Amino acid sequence: MKFLRKALDTIKPKFESGGKLKKYAPAFFAIDSFLFVPNRTTKNGAHIRDGVDLKRVMYTVVLALLPALFFGMWNVGYQHFSQIGSDLSFWNLLAYGASKVLPMVIVSYGVGLGIEFLFAIKRGHEVNEGYLVTGMLIPLIMPVELPLWMLALAVIFAVVLGKEVFGGTGMNILNPALLARAFAFFSYAPYMSGDKVWVADAAKVDAISGETLLGHLATGHDIASHSVMDMFMGYIPGSIGETSVLMILIGAALLIFTGVASWRIMLSSVIGASVMGLIFNVLAVNPLMALPWWQHLIIGGFAFGIVFMATDPVSSAQTTKGKWIYGFFVGFLAIMIRVFNSAYPEGVMMAILLMNVFAPTIDHYVIQGNVKRRKKRLKKIAKTA
Amino acid sequence: MSKDIHIKRGLNIPLQGESDKKITSSKSPNKFAIQPTDFYGVTPKLSVKAEGTVAIGDALFFDKNQERVKFTSPVSGTIANIKRGAKRKILAVEILADTKDTFKDFGKADVASLNRDQVKDKILISGCWPYLMQRPYDVIANPNDTPKAIFISAYNTAPLATDYAFILKDKKEAFAAGITALSKLTDGSVNLGISSKDADFFSAIADANIYQVTGKHPAGNVSFQIAKVNPINQGDKVWVVNPQDVAIIGHLFLTGHYKPERTIALAGSGVKEPQYYSLKSGQDLNDLFKNTVKKGNYRIISGDVLTGTKITKETCLPFYTNSISVIPEGDHYEFLGWHPFIGNHKLSLSRTFFSWLTPNKKYDLDTNLNGEERALVVTGEMEQVFPMDVYPLQLLKAAMANEIEKLENLGIYEVVPEDFGLIDFTNTSKLEAQEIIRYALDIMIKEVG
Repeated sequence: MKFLRKALDTIKPKFESGGKLKKYAPAFFAIDSFLFVPNRTTKNGAHIRDGVDLKRVMYTVVLALLPALFFGMWNVGYQHFSQIGSDLSFWNLLAYGASKVLPMVIVSYGVGLGIEFLFAIKRGHEVNEGYLVTGMLIPLIMPVELPLWMLALAVIFAVVLGKEVFGGTGMNILNPALLARAFAFFSYAPYMSGDKVWVADAAKVDAISGETLLGHLATGHDIASHSVMDMFMGYIPGSIGETSVLMILIGAALLIFTGVASWRIMLSSVIGASVMGLIFNVLAVNPLMALPWWQHLIIGGFAFGIVFMATDPVSSAQTTKGKWIYGFFVGFLAIMIRVFNSAYPEGVMMAILLMNVFAPTIDHYVIQGNVKRRKKRLKKIAKTA
Repeated sequence: MSKDIHIKRGLNIPLQGESDKKITSSKSPNKFAIQPTDFYGVTPKLSVKAEGTVAIGDALFFDKNQERVKFTSPVSGTIANIKRGAKRKILAVEILADTKDTFKDFGKADVASLNRDQVKDKILISGCWPYLMQRPYDVIANPNDTPKAIFISAYNTAPLATDYAFILKDKKEAFAAGITALSKLTDGSVNLGISSKDADFFSAIADANIYQVTGKHPAGNVSFQIAKVNPINQGDKVWVVNPQDVAIIGHLFLTGHYKPERTIALAGSGVKEPQYYSLKSGQDLNDLFKNTVKKGNYRIISGDVLTGTKITKETCLPFYTNSISVIPEGDHYEFLGWHPFIGNHKLSLSRTFFSWLTPNKKYDLDTNLNGEERALVVTGEMEQVFPMDVYPLQLLKAAMANEIEKLENLGIYEVVPEDFGLIDFTNTSKLEAQEIIRYALDIMIKEVG
C-alpha cells in the first residue's frame, strides 16, 4: 500500500493551507483518513489512546446490519417468486433481490454522503462518519417498491433538516434514518403502506399482493397462515431489513458483545413492549389486541427498531438510568401505537421518534437526582457543623 | 478504625516495560534546575541573583501571590543562569552544584511535640510546602487554610505504576514522621489509602486513618478515594500529598535538613533495563537518558502515560515526578486501520479488537491518536472508567459551555484533571478531557475563588 500512501502524500500539499484546493480539504482528508488511519499523535492529555475511533464504531454497526441486508435481498426474491409460483435457486432469489435492493443502497449512500461532503466543504469541518450507518439503515426500513427518487428526497430531508441544521453528527435530536422513513410515510403514504408495496412488482403483476402482518391484523384479519417460525426467520412481507428476527439478533449479538450499542436500551424496550402486550392480551377485544404479547416482539419493525435505531447514542438517553427509562417507553409506546392506531400499524418508528424528543428531558431529571444528592450532602454537613 | 474501599469500575492498562524492583543511584550531575512551570498557578518572584551561592534549602524564588510559599534549592552551589522566555517569564533557575552538599539547618525537632504553627512554619521555610496540594482546583495549598482532611494514596494503579511501598522501604521512619507532621495541620484526619499487599508495611503508621483500596485504575487516584471516604463539598478544602513527598517532609523534622531525593520508576518499552533510580529533584537527566533510553523514535514522559507531560532528554527532573515513562511515538499511517476485528495489537475498552481474548497480554502502545477528533457520539463509555457519583460527560459539556453553576452542581470540586486520564484514553471521539477539566478549574478559580 506504499504506492497509494505516496500518491496521497504527493497531492496532499494542494489541500493544505496555502494550497490551491484548500477549499476541498475536508473531502480530501475524509478519503485520506478512510484509507489510512492518520499519523496524528497525542499532543496534550493522555499519551496513549484506545484503538477505537468513530469510523470503527460506525463500521461495526454496518457489519451488524449485513446479515439483515443479505437476508432482506433474498427475501425480496423469495416473496416475489413464491407468489408467481416459480421455484428458483437460492442464488437466483438473492440476485433478483440484489437487483432491487442495491440501487436503493447506492442512492442512499450517494445522496447522503454527497450532502455530508457538501456541508463539510461549505463549513470547513471534517466529514463525520455518522452517515455510514444512516445510509445503510434507510434502505433497510423502506418497502422494496419505493421509487428511488422518493428515497433520495427522504434522504435529503433527513440529512439536511434532521441533522445538518442542528450542527451535524452528534447534534441531532431525532434519529435521521427514522426521520427519512417518517418523511416518506407522511409524504407518499400510498407507497409506504397497503398491499402493493411490500413485494417486488406487486403493483404490476395482478397475481402478487402482500401485506405486512401488522397491516393484515389492523384490517381485522388473523395471521394464521403464517407460522411463528416464518415470523422469526423472516419469510414474510415487510420493509427490506426488518423481517428476519434471527438476522437482527445476530446483529444485536455483535453490537452487544463489542459494546457498541446499549444492551440496556434493547432489554428495557423488550420489557416495555412485553408489559404493554400483556395488558392488551388481558383486555383483548380485537385481533391486534389478542395477538400473543411475545408475537409482537417478532413481527413488524419492532426488533429492527430497538436494536438498530433506539440504540442510536446521539438521539437516545445518555445516562445509564435514563437509558432504562427511555428503552422501556420505546417498547411500551411502540405496542400501544401499533394497537390503537389502526391507520398506522407500525408503531415502533413513532415510538422511537417520540422518545428521541423526550430523551433530553429524561436525562435532565436523572442528572437533577445527582445534583440533589450533592446538595443534600452539603446541607447535612452544614447542620452538623 | 479503618474501613476498606472497593472501587468497581475502571480499566487497568498493562504495558510492556515494567520496572524491576531494583534501585540504582545515578551519579549526581553538576547541573540542576528548578522550573517554576512545574508549579501550576504560581507567579515566581526571585530571591536570588545569578552567580549568587546557595545551600540546600535556600530559597530560590517565592510565589508572588502567597509570599510564604517558598521554593528552595535542592543542591548547594552557585546560580548559573536564570532562564527566561517570552515576556521575561522565568522558565528555570539553573544551579551549578558544588561537591560539598552544604545543608541549611532548619533545626531537628520532635514533631509530635510541636504545635500547628510551628509545623507549618518549618514546612514553609524549608520549601516543602509545595508538596501540599489543595482540592478543589489541584493547586498548591494555601497556608492560611485549615483543611477538613488530608489524603494520601500509597496505592498506585496507573500504567507502569510506581510501587510506593517499595520506594519507601528505606524511608519508613521519615514517612511516619511526615504523617505525624501532616496530622498537625488538619482538624480532621490524615487518611492513607494502601494496597492490601502492603498492609504489613504500613501497619506501624500511627497518626493516620488507614484503609485498604482494591480495584482497577483509577482506584489509586486519590480523588476516587476521597469521594468514598469524605467527599468534597462546595466550600470544603482538602489537601493531598504524594507518599514520597510525605517522606521528604518527615526527613525535614527528623534531621532538620531539606533533602528532596526521589526514587523514580523509569519504565516503558523504550527503556533498556526498566528499574528504579534514586535521583535528586531538579537534576539534569541527560546522562541518565543517554544510558537507558533505547535508540529510535521514543517519547519521554514525566509521570505516567495517561497524565504525564512530554519532556525532552535535556530536561531536569521535575519537582513532582515519581515515574518517567518512555513509549514509542506513533507518527505512522495504518492502511484501513479503523477496520474492526483485525489483530489484537491495540487495547480497547470496546471489543472490536481481539485483545479481549488475551487479558494477560502486555501491550506496546504508541502515541498514535488512533483516529481523529470527532463530535461526541458514543455514550456510556466514560462512566465505565469513572467510578465516582459524577456524570463525566455532562461535566465536560458544562465546562465547554462555561456554565459555572452547572459545573458546581455536577461536582467540579471533586475532580482534578488526572482523574480524566482514562477518559482521554477511552473516549471514541478523541476528546481532550484533561485539558477541558483544567480549563474548567481555572474558570472556577477566577469566578468563585
